[in-house]
Amino acid sequence: MQRDWTAPPAAGLALRLEGLRKQFGARTVLDGIGIGVAPGEFVAIVGRSGCGKSTLLRLLAGLESPTSGQLLLGGAPAAARRDDVRMMFQEPRLLPWRTVIQNVQLGLDAADAPARARDALAHVGLADRANDWPSVLSGGQRQRVALARALVHRPRLLLLDEPLGALDALTRIEMQRLIESVWRELRFTAVLVTHDVAEAVALADRVLLVEDGRATLDEPIPLARPRAHGAAAFAELEGRILARVLQETWPQLEAPHPRLVA
Amino acid sequence: MRAPSLTWRAIAPWIVPLAILLAWEASSRSGWLSVRILPEPLAVATAFWSLLASGSLLHDVAISTGRALGGLAIGGGLGLVLGLLTGTFRSAETLLDTTLQMIRNVPALALIPLVILWFGIDEAAKLFLVAIGVFFPIYLNTYHGIRAVDAGLIEMARSYGLQGWPLYREVILPGALPSILVGLRFSLGLMWVLLIVAETISAQSGIGYMTMNAREFLQTDVVLVGVLLYALLGKLADLVARGLERRFLRWNPAYLGIPA
Repeated sequence: MQRDWTAPPAAGLALRLEGLRKQFGARTVLDGIGIGVAPGEFVAIVGRSGCGKSTLLRLLAGLESPTSGQLLLGGAPAAARRDDVRMMFQEPRLLPWRTVIQNVQLGLDAADAPARARDALAHVGLADRANDWPSVLSGGQRQRVALARALVHRPRLLLLDEPLGALDALTRIEMQRLIESVWRELRFTAVLVTHDVAEAVALADRVLLVEDGRATLDEPIPLARPRAHGAAAFAELEGRILARVLQETWPQLEAPHPRLVA
Repeated sequence: MRAPSLTWRAIAPWIVPLAILLAWEASSRSGWLSVRILPEPLAVATAFWSLLASGSLLHDVAISTGRALGGLAIGGGLGLVLGLLTGTFRSAETLLDTTLQMIRNVPALALIPLVILWFGIDEAAKLFLVAIGVFFPIYLNTYHGIRAVDAGLIEMARSYGLQGWPLYREVILPGALPSILVGLRFSLGLMWVLLIVAETISAQSGIGYMTMNAREFLQTDVVLVGVLLYALLGKLADLVARGLERRFLRWNPAYLGIPA
């Protein structure tokens, strides 16, 4: 497949999970989860830590294999689509001994790799840092390099494993806008795992809640983009999902706490 | 507090050595220090000059350096290869590491009687002693360096399509390099120590031969020239190791901004 940066973007991959189970020894992390994602859709997965959402993402990335169940990417088994899938990790995971542009080119064999890497860096606003070492960049800049490194492969499915978790509040919002804008431009399918409900509502077309290894909530986010964090409809959705997440955490709360839904 | 000026920082480290040198010269001249114990610094300098002028000094230094580097190439090369093997392949570790760890606990110098029986007092004996001594620092640090490469980086590189030699070249080797260079630095230090011992036992040339010969004739000034030569060569080896670190680890924040 042609993966030229200037070529029209390849369509996002459809995602289909059926009865997906993952066990580590006797511990069941995913208990027959079933999810469908349309091509080009942006889905956020929220849930308490340890609910299995990161494991789900690692299965999608091919870093783990499922115990049983089906995982189809664009109608094919995940193993056949590995080149179409790229992942952004919680940490930037840049090679400290390679410059920024060399990091972006990692695993890219094409003759035009340097040009594509420069384009990808320009997309994340770091064209002028191409020859710096990763160690002199800020945390937010490092994650932008990691984003460029994923984008340069023209992924049809981009997996985001809480990539903004370690950033300060302002940098987070900046990164959210950046991710949203490249997603709108390149139309890949995106799956974001996050513990931050506000981030999920800001970015996703749909928010899924994973509890005890199953998807227990599927909430469409019908808000127009770009979304303003302060808007009433935004806050209402965020409150509702947050209350639903917390209900499971503290079952003694009969009704959602008024401050959380206000 | 005012930062010390550049000139001060350039001069300061040399004040104490210079003072010692002056005190030494003074006590030699006053006859308080016997020439049989320590010759005056000026005599050492003169001896150095005449040895240099006769060409025998350069000859001995070249011979010793050749032995040291030869031993380093053999022992260090083997250590690097075996360390890469045991660090990379579980099966190689299971097979070899226990054996090597046992041998490591034998001090190289304890082997001297055996070495003399095996190789006589030939060049091979000196090479063997140096090689076996420098082997272990490089082996151990290579092995641990490979094992300590960030698993997250390896996972990332795999998920970006790297495997086999490209994965090794891009991630594993550069990740292990800081540790390998630490091993090299230890080895360079050990290299001279072992060579001194080997050359002192028996040699027909080299710095060790020169000093032992001078001892026979009570030429303390020549003995001191030999001692100073070892110090200089050791310092030179250290400078080379540091230069390599600056060159190969220039991505490391600890080396950023330091001119190579």
